[in-house]
Amino acid sequence: MASQRKAIALISGGLDSMLAAKVVLEQGIHVEGINFFTGFCVEGHTHAIRKQDKAKPKRNNALWVAEQLGIKLHIVDVIEPYKTVVINPRHGYGANLNPCLDCKSFMVGKAYEWIQQHGFDFIITGEVMGQRPMSQLKHVMPVVQRESGAGDLLVRPLCAKKLPPTLPEREGWLDRGKLFDFSGRSRKPQMALAEKFGITEYAQPAGGCCFLTDAYYAKKLADLWQSRGSRDYELDDIMLLKVGRHLRPRPHFKLIISREEGETNFLEGYRRSFTHLRTLSHGGPLALVDGETSHDDLVLTAQLVARYSQGRDTGQVDVAIHHKNGEIEQISVTPLKPDEIPEDWHI
Amino acid sequence: MSEYHLDARNILCPLPVIRTQNAVQNLQKGDRLTVICTDPGALHDIPTWSRINGHRILEMKNDNKLITIIIEVEGLGS
Ligand code: SF4
Repeated sequence: MASQRKAIALISGGLDSMLAAKVVLEQGIHVEGINFFTGFCVEGHTHAIRKQDKAKPKRNNALWVAEQLGIKLHIVDVIEPYKTVVINPRHGYGANLNPCLDCKSFMVGKAYEWIQQHGFDFIITGEVMGQRPMSQLKHVMPVVQRESGAGDLLVRPLCAKKLPPTLPEREGWLDRGKLFDFSGRSRKPQMALAEKFGITEYAQPAGGCCFLTDAYYAKKLADLWQSRGSRDYELDDIMLLKVGRHLRPRPHFKLIISREEGETNFLEGYRRSFTHLRTLSHGGPLALVDGETSHDDLVLTAQLVARYSQGRDTGQVDVAIHHKNGEIEQISVTPLKPDEIPEDWHI
Repeated sequence: MSEYHLDARNILCPLPVIRTQNAVQNLQKGDRLTVICTDPGALHDIPTWSRINGHRILEMKNDNKLITIIIEVEGLGS
């Protein structure tokens, strides 16, 4: 008897990749999952940070999907190599700063390296023809195969019948007749297939699988690049973009102000690397100052922080400014009024 | 059987799971790994990761925001 073939499935945590893996499992293939952590993933962090999200399940959807399917899951940290994808995408960006086509080729490429190292035979993704994002349009499907290096070891079980047969199909490892021809925006075929497999619960990611598709997030990242004069980032930078109110009153500095307790706790972890402010006379947020500031700049930041404190309607709020060298300065300021905060300060 | 420790404090999920996974990769069956972390998401994710990879959770505690999880390595493989 021929030895059992092995496939690695890209698992995002959503329904499509779950179904794709299931379709191949049903054909007697040994399937394991792989999930890439880019730093921009919506998973995990946001739940952990914001207190208001605490009621929602904090599970990692990719792990949850793997458990439902009864497969192993390998989570790979690609934070460093992914930077080139975000900073300089060959095929450009989608609606926001999402480099979907380059991203897909990158991930399939990483999966291709993985199967070579681990003796697996092919790769599965949950792509459906003609669906958003742009990496799923018909004419770009071969681009991912080519640029990832995976060639026809890349199988998309949900739309395979609309594409030329891949090696696993030609070799008879997979029965092409039992693969699918899903296309378009309708989710009905996926839902019907889920029902057939008895899958009743699944995550419905709105928009996309990462923060780069979020207009507000993309604006903050673009602002970060512009203010630094270079398109680069560290993990801490992109984590901080997920948290708080970001205001840039002057080109050379911005403020990150927590909006609730969960965010304050999160920012606490970063405060030593930043000049930061707290209100003393009233309850209020924690604010980090990113950039170099003069004394006048700090007075302005204190007035802004006072505006977001419980003393906003009083004449005066005491604020402590913690300098990076450990010195603490205490000042009393008048909170800014809403009409004194121009709209374009908000990033 | 050997005992190992992993400090995964002040990093957010899924990083504690990734660090755990990478540490376990170098261990032998029967070894024990104590993971210390601060993200409550780990209370959910590390046991799930352990279950799907065939490892056993021996102990899990959450003391004043410091989470300790002890894993016994069982399943081996890719
Ligand atoms: S939404 Fe984000 S993770 Fe998904 S393909 Fe686009 S860039 Fe990649």
